[in-house]
Amino acid sequence: MSELAFRPPSFVADAVRIARKDLLIEFRTRSGFLSATVFALLSIAIFRFSWDPTVVSSIDLAPGVLWVIFTFSGLLGLNRAFGVEQADRALDGLLASPVSREAVFAGKALGNLLFVLAVQLLALPTLALFFGLPVGPEWLGVVAVAVLAAIGFVAVGTLFAAVASNTRLAEMLLPMLALPFFVPVLIPAAQATSKLLAGSGLGEVMAELKILGAFDIVFVAACTLAFPFTLEE
Amino acid sequence: MTSVSMPESRTAARRTMPAVDWVLALALLAVGGAVVRALLYTPADAMLGAVQRILYIHVPSAIQGMYVACTIMAVCGGLYLWIKDERLDRIAESAAEVGFVFLTVVLATGSIWGKSSWGTAWAWEPRLTSALFLWFVVLSYLILRDALENREARARLSAVLGVLALLLVPFIHMTVYLFRGLHPEPLALKPGKPDMSPEMLSTFLIANVAFMFFFFALVRVRYQWATVRDARAALEQA
Repeated sequence: MSELAFRPPSFVADAVRIARKDLLIEFRTRSGFLSATVFALLSIAIFRFSWDPTVVSSIDLAPGVLWVIFTFSGLLGLNRAFGVEQADRALDGLLASPVSREAVFAGKALGNLLFVLAVQLLALPTLALFFGLPVGPEWLGVVAVAVLAAIGFVAVGTLFAAVASNTRLAEMLLPMLALPFFVPVLIPAAQATSKLLAGSGLGEVMAELKILGAFDIVFVAACTLAFPFTLEE
Repeated sequence: MTSVSMPESRTAARRTMPAVDWVLALALLAVGGAVVRALLYTPADAMLGAVQRILYIHVPSAIQGMYVACTIMAVCGGLYLWIKDERLDRIAESAAEVGFVFLTVVLATGSIWGKSSWGTAWAWEPRLTSALFLWFVVLSYLILRDALENREARARLSAVLGVLALLLVPFIHMTVYLFRGLHPEPLALKPGKPDMSPEMLSTFLIANVAFMFFFFALVRVRYQWATVRDARAALEQA
């Protein structure tokens, strides 16, 4: 009975619990992760044939391909976060539980972040393999850029997934709403990646990293505050 | 609940739109006057030639479409989330829709200018790129409104997008400036003396006032239309 005893709710514990629930559903069904990963790997293979490799070298091509793939495979995962709550109006149950709405957002975003990072973890080595990229310490910088970009991406994407889930055309509306907001993530991320792959040190991509960091701080805060307004009163 | 608001709604629905909106007619006249002055009574730029005159449409449209319209959309959206007054939502909606038209004019005139001055209609120049992404944001705002049938949800969710859009604009500016710019620097609103002859400057300022008047006249008409539409929807629900 001690497990049922009342415990004061805490923001972080609630968020982690919701993220854990979402990831557990994801792990048991694997539908979203599998489709996002297969989509990413297929795209890497297909993009290789969209340009003449004798004209555009693969090291010039790789950063753009990488960020286009991260964006679209990420969107596949974001739709699931609230789609899974639509069935049997599970969202109502979640909102009726003694969990603050900000914690619901944080949990959803945390689950999405781990989802996106897992896809990136598989896509990055595949890209390096298929595009014959040099593998060395510069990849630590690429990973840092990917993590910073993923945080902003997921904050904005989770909020707009919640907005779009209120409409009839949720899956179609999400890219339209979210893509303009991904611009300040994609441009610095792609530029920093191409500089890093060309052999620049972390010091030379500080401008891009600062923009990514600022975007993360502003939009994680703004989207957490805005999320309660996306739910019915 | 609806029966309480019915008398008010009924008068609003009965108040039909006037055949001629005099404020709008006056605004159109002012814009026409500014264009005539720009074309006939202002000297052409010695270096850039006649195409420079497009500036008298391009810049005033940019000021109204990019700054005024988007600020109204965001501020009224934020206030709506706070005090839940439907009129604020209608103002935001009207400003966004009229602003979208002005932004389209900015992109079109920018391309014409670019074709003549830079030799290419679309140069992926930072300011033009910012305007393009802003155009996409306002477009997605209008599409989101269209996708929501419930009036309360439409107002609430589009307000969230409007407020976030205001936070996005500085980031888009920062990131597109990572690329090098071709755009002429702002002429009139810079420290020191403007780089224009007195005739050009006065035409430029007149055009700005005329376009501002035109913008608010259009928003006013659009707002009146939205009021009638919502009143009618309230009557149909009752």
